[in-house]
Amino acid sequence: MRSQGLVQGLLAVAAAGSVAVTVLIFGFMIVLGLPLVTSGTFFNLFTSSWLPNEGLYGIVPMMAGSLFIAGLAMIFSFPLSLGCAALVAVLAKGRVPALLHRLVRFMTGIPTVVYGFAGIFLLVPVVREWTGSGSGMCILSASLLLAILIAPTMILFFTDSFTGVPKSYLAAADALGATPVQKFLHVVIPCSWRGLTTGVLLALGRAVGDTLIALMIAGNATAFPGSLLDSARTLPAHIALVVAADFDSLEFRTLFACGILLYAFTTLTVVLTRRMVADKGGAP
Amino acid sequence: MTRIGRSLYGRISISILTLLLIGVAPAVADDLSPFAGQAGTIKISGGTAHIPVMKAAAKQIMQRFSDVRITIAGGGSGVGIKQVGEGLVDIGNSGRKPTDEEITKYDLKMFKWAIDGVGLVVNPKNTVASLTTAQTKAIFAGSIHNWKAVGGADKAINLYTRDTASGTRSVFWKKALGKGEISAKANVVVSNGAMKAAVANDPYAIGYVSVGHMDESVQPVALDGVTPTLETVKSGEYKIARGLYSNTKGEPTGLTKTFIDFLFSETGQGLAAAKGFIPVK
Repeated sequence: MRSQGLVQGLLAVAAAGSVAVTVLIFGFMIVLGLPLVTSGTFFNLFTSSWLPNEGLYGIVPMMAGSLFIAGLAMIFSFPLSLGCAALVAVLAKGRVPALLHRLVRFMTGIPTVVYGFAGIFLLVPVVREWTGSGSGMCILSASLLLAILIAPTMILFFTDSFTGVPKSYLAAADALGATPVQKFLHVVIPCSWRGLTTGVLLALGRAVGDTLIALMIAGNATAFPGSLLDSARTLPAHIALVVAADFDSLEFRTLFACGILLYAFTTLTVVLTRRMVADKGGAP
Repeated sequence: MTRIGRSLYGRISISILTLLLIGVAPAVADDLSPFAGQAGTIKISGGTAHIPVMKAAAKQIMQRFSDVRITIAGGGSGVGIKQVGEGLVDIGNSGRKPTDEEITKYDLKMFKWAIDGVGLVVNPKNTVASLTTAQTKAIFAGSIHNWKAVGGADKAINLYTRDTASGTRSVFWKKALGKGEISAKANVVVSNGAMKAAVANDPYAIGYVSVGHMDESVQPVALDGVTPTLETVKSGEYKIARGLYSNTKGEPTGLTKTFIDFLFSETGQGLAAAKGFIPVK
């Protein structure tokens, strides 16, 4: 029993450590971002122009860029992932599911920069020629690529929750004469509510937090994006681009506001999703 | 092949070999020999225009002296100055002279080992080969947004600029745009290499790169009738030029000093010239 106590102790320390780091990071950002509030620049952040030379530090265009790119990526990626997971876990027969599953797992290991690099040379010219306007470095290109990047996260979570549906439920559906598709829609999906939400949540977090794809593909313009074919900048890309400014400058301080916003967004999504899952009552 | 031919061939190759041995090898040994017996790591970051020369120098040094490790990162001039000032790297490169504030704050010592121009580039498919300063300002401010207005195809101009840490940007902004506006709709790329790739890939692009980075994948655009080339920058005819600096915190010592001395040696300056920059010696 002593070893059990030891293990429990170690795990508690590890858990406390990760909680502490998360809280400390938040505190760190608040403390370093504080001069913004005291100097009265804080509300200046929520205007629409980023012109550091003129003392304007509006990050609204970057917030919009982040939301549009991540949102669109989710819209592209969710149906794709759901279909793929359904195929792997329920619908396909023979060797296809195993192969597909292996491919998806392999995709999780591909570094983001590889996607970005391939995107510059393969996707951007196609989007430019297709749409006939702009440089091809735009919200659409970035979200398409981001959709591919976040798909494996969702597919793996979906597959796991689909295969976790109790066999007896499926047998009951079979006994009632359900087709595989009916079984999937009426038994598997309602039973996998929690896994679906977790997958979507993690993928959304990854989409909002991803820096490199947007930095390489979205064009990084600081103007408020007016269409899907406009160049846009996301908050993480903005941090990466501005971080080289002088440590003491106000420009640099505004990055902490960006960090706090990203942090708040993620926290909000987590809380909302938890509540949603709780309300639905969801099966295990 | 006859016997005479073969022996002639043999003799020529022997004489070339001899020439190499007596002519070139001692020169290399002279410039690289200060590294003999030294061991350790030199960390370099900052200006992206400098990277080709840094890589070539590092390759020569590390091939002969396996105890010397040299790491090279980009980030832009602002990053280079900040990182060397904070003691994160040994040498921080910048494509602009560090400001007086930066020099006093970080106690920087500057070493300007080459001169480089910054020129406008477009895609090779673009027919526009020359612009005036007024047109350039208008294009970057976003008031001219179609190539037709400057004698090109009826296509929207895709603007490319660099991030604010870039020395290339700061020189171009000061000397070519007269500190004029750069449109918020401009795409932002993070290195000279990325700028070249973006312009080479986009038929309607315009951007600016270090003259040393220009090659056949992009087409330089003459500004007020002067094409940015190695020759026009060297003669002073093309005005948008800057020094390439390697900065250290305080006087350099040890390996870092040896490396900087190497940049100023005949071999080091030769590398700078070979990569398209104008040596200072």
